[in-house]
Amino acid sequence: MGRQYETVIGLEVHVELSTKTKIFCGCSTEFAAKPNTHTCPVCTGMPGSLPVLNKKVVEYALKAGLAMNCQVNQVCKFDRKNYFYPDNPQNYQISQLYLPICHDGWIEIPTETGGKKIRIHEMHMEEDAGKLIHDEWEDCSLVDYNRSGVPLIEIVSEPDMRSSQEVIAYLEKLRMICQYLGISDCKLQEGSMRADVNLSVREVGSQRFGTRTEMKNLNSFKAISHAIDGERMRQIELLEEGKEVQQETRRWDDNKEFSRAMRSKEDAKDYRYFPDPDLPAVTIGDEWLERLREEQPELQEKKAARYEKEYGLSAYDAQVLTQSRILAEIFEQTVQSCHLPKKAANWMMGEVLRRMKEQNLEPEQVRFSPGHLAELILMAEKGEISNSNAKKVFREIFEKDVDPKEYVQEHKMGAVTDESSLTKLILEVLAENPKSVREYQEGKEKVLGFLVGQTMKKSRGQADPGLVNRILREQLARK
Amino acid sequence: MTQTTALKLGVQIRTGKISAAEAVRLSLDQIQRQEPQIHAFLNVTEEYALKRAAEVEEGIAHGRYTGPLAGVPLAVKDNFCVEGIETTCASKILKGFVPSYTAQAVKNLEDAGMIVIGKTNMDEFAMGSTSETSAFGVTHNPWDTSRVPGGSSGGSCAAVAAGEVTAALGSDTGGSIRQPSAFCGVTGIKPTYGTISRYGLVAYASSLDQAGPIGRDVSDCAAMLEALSGQDPKDSTSLNRKDLDFRRYLREDVRGMRFGIPKEYLTEGLDQEICDTLKEMETELRKAGATVEYFSLDLVEYVIPAYYVIACAEASSNLERFDGVKYGYRASDYEGLHQMYKRTRTEGFGEEVKRRIMLGSFVLSSGYYDAYYLKALKVRRLIQEAFLRAFQNYDIILAPAAPQTAPKIGESLQDPMKMYLSDIYTAAVNLAGIPGISLPCRVDSRGLPVGIQMLAGHFQEGKLLQAAYTYEKIRGEWKLPQGQEV
Amino acid sequence: MKRITDEVMENVEILAKLELSEEERKKAAEEMEKMLQYVEKLQELDTEDVEPVTCAVTLENVFREDVVTNTDRHEQMLANAPVSKEGQYQVPKTIGG
Repeated sequence: MGRQYETVIGLEVHVELSTKTKIFCGCSTEFAAKPNTHTCPVCTGMPGSLPVLNKKVVEYALKAGLAMNCQVNQVCKFDRKNYFYPDNPQNYQISQLYLPICHDGWIEIPTETGGKKIRIHEMHMEEDAGKLIHDEWEDCSLVDYNRSGVPLIEIVSEPDMRSSQEVIAYLEKLRMICQYLGISDCKLQEGSMRADVNLSVREVGSQRFGTRTEMKNLNSFKAISHAIDGERMRQIELLEEGKEVQQETRRWDDNKEFSRAMRSKEDAKDYRYFPDPDLPAVTIGDEWLERLREEQPELQEKKAARYEKEYGLSAYDAQVLTQSRILAEIFEQTVQSCHLPKKAANWMMGEVLRRMKEQNLEPEQVRFSPGHLAELILMAEKGEISNSNAKKVFREIFEKDVDPKEYVQEHKMGAVTDESSLTKLILEVLAENPKSVREYQEGKEKVLGFLVGQTMKKSRGQADPGLVNRILREQLARK
Repeated sequence: MTQTTALKLGVQIRTGKISAAEAVRLSLDQIQRQEPQIHAFLNVTEEYALKRAAEVEEGIAHGRYTGPLAGVPLAVKDNFCVEGIETTCASKILKGFVPSYTAQAVKNLEDAGMIVIGKTNMDEFAMGSTSETSAFGVTHNPWDTSRVPGGSSGGSCAAVAAGEVTAALGSDTGGSIRQPSAFCGVTGIKPTYGTISRYGLVAYASSLDQAGPIGRDVSDCAAMLEALSGQDPKDSTSLNRKDLDFRRYLREDVRGMRFGIPKEYLTEGLDQEICDTLKEMETELRKAGATVEYFSLDLVEYVIPAYYVIACAEASSNLERFDGVKYGYRASDYEGLHQMYKRTRTEGFGEEVKRRIMLGSFVLSSGYYDAYYLKALKVRRLIQEAFLRAFQNYDIILAPAAPQTAPKIGESLQDPMKMYLSDIYTAAVNLAGIPGISLPCRVDSRGLPVGIQMLAGHFQEGKLLQAAYTYEKIRGEWKLPQGQEV
Repeated sequence: MKRITDEVMENVEILAKLELSEEERKKAAEEMEKMLQYVEKLQELDTEDVEPVTCAVTLENVFREDVVTNTDRHEQMLANAPVSKEGQYQVPKTIGG
């Protein structure tokens, strides 16, 4: 049996903020099909242009910091990070090093053995770079600055994670927090959330950290998982062979599922950070912080606890329903209209999630009105519609957001509750089945089931079975 | 025309004595006569100016331009962007760059009805004190064409001195308006940092750069400064000042004003005739009812080291954007990205610019940041405080603009260190962020103008203008070099 | 003490993205050495508790509202590019794209 190793992982996560404009200029952050159409002198580094800070970026960063239990640097500044690369039009990135907006926070992630706190070292604001596209035809690269200057927050964790599962849980938690705050959609594939992984290994029981490497270009949970497992093995093999791990930056190749050291003399990692003389300090007064604290939405943990207490849901249901703020909102609005939290929870967790999964939809793509679902729940509760028909109607609500009352009426799917018309139907059924009537009168109670079935069939499923049962007995008694 | 002032020309235009187009024509004629000897301009924008003249004339007629400078031709230093007009900062690396935006300072002057007539020569990226580091030839001093006009706003100052224009726009990072104004016998102001927007002014050292007016006299400069100033939402370091009615201070009165002369400025390095000029000024101001005292200004010997560390550090970062990707020059022979960067910058930048970029990169680099850059930022604070203390006792500090009058062409570049040291009287003003004016006092025995600086505390442009205006009246009429009139 | 060794000079060239000939490098190193020697003067001052000046104005909280103000001028800007293709700035191939 060889030595036992422990993996030590810290993450640097970049989250693109969903402001309308870029961090330092009035260009739109919206996706543009045509390259460089959302650019101006500022975000293309034209001579003489100057940055002016978007207030919303500070607000969003503070919201994130508060939600992640951070300390706030009430005076924070921007610094220039100098390095030459074509996606970086000024050849320096405006970021924060010396006085980042937030520091020393934590978030809790679920693990098999319960909740675990992951500490956050610091969080800062910075500008995103442009996009480089490789042009195979001419063997050159092309630069599109539409993304240049889109606001980012970078969240730097302490090396508190020990497995790829914990990393994924941490990222999912960050994503959930940002989505709850409404500050980012955090999509890994689309690059609105990006993670660099710092990883080292050490023998179990060792107090010292091993030499770490940094892995970049990880743009899916799968890539992160594979990169972590691969890098862990690579480092262990090196150590087992008596070699040393080099402190270096490695780039993940998603196609080859393999990371390679980025070594270039020209990429000297000396960023010469210094305070940006173009940007005065940002002072965050107590009043501002207080207002933001008050405006903070109810986050997932609190919401789930409230669902258990207020709605009497199980812990599991409360967790599932609060995984997405959007779904939780749909749920709450449904409850508000129908006042049947458990029924609403069943519908959300059953039909809604099933249909989303079938169609591969994200919560923000769900289009139906909670009021319509509430109406449907009430109709089913009052027996105005059978359960099987209710599911059919819900499909229409989910797809086309139909008004259930109108739809049911139009398609004659309502339970027949009008006694006279039902009696008429039943008399027809009795006339058509004299043999069964006779058997019933002879004491064979079980033919009643058959007659109910016949009535239901005749009503095309719309009849209320309870009512059918009662009227049938009455009519048979009269015979 | 060549001996008139911008305000007088403005009156003639507004009263219909001459049209804006005629004023432009007169300017163009003088440019044509003078340029072969002077080379103040990199680019004369005749077509643009004539088009603007028509607009301005119509604007005056319709009451759109009511200010005193409407219709007056303006020379603009080539580090200010003007939409549609090539802007090079006198550097090969920006050759051919045509901005899609206009610097706010230029825009403000255009809104006052001034007419851009051309872009003036300068030290490359404003790095130099003689305008000789320009990639596009040297500018000659109109008082003696074998001499430099000073720098870095040498082209703008020479254009005014040569009578090509009555008004020009300059920028001042360590004395780049005040020193060439002194060398050329014109008046120039560097206002309090943040008074004029830096948007569209190609940055040399962002925390030191300020735009400012250059003119024939104090009144012209005051009028231009009024038009130039104002908060700009595009420049985060621009101030919201309410006290911008500078012409109000053009009063002949220094009674009770307290002037101070730093003893440390009167050392061996200072030319005797400049020293004498200061003493003469002292006597005259006393006669006019002011008090003048010699005092000790702290930290004078630390100004140049702090200034160069800060300026070069900021410059090294500001000039990173010149890389052959988005605009300007790209080397033709390279292999791969990094060689493209290196060749482009090596071929595109001149020697002085490279020297400062290298120094700046070094003082910011890992292991040296604290010892050099951070240290300089702290010393800057001490220098600011030294000035604050001085202004508790004095309204105005009198100072030379340079240790000598204009040197011969070719003299200064031989020893960069010596050139840096010559900024001793001007650079502190930028470190402190205070306003300063340089105005001509007399002509020395070599026939060269001697300029003296007046400095005031933050936001005290009013006092500064009042003192300078009063002295100007005492000095009497100031004539431009006659030798150049053809 | 010599500050500007060959190694330092090589690093400065990498950081500043400049390419010097042997002769230029020697001259540049000498000049920089001389300048730094002079700058060394700053060490005479005690700056222990001095707050560095990082921005020349004492302003704070200068913000923009989050409102789109820019119009598309990219063609005018792109016209300045030494090499462009299909509305983009063309550069030598970068690693990994």
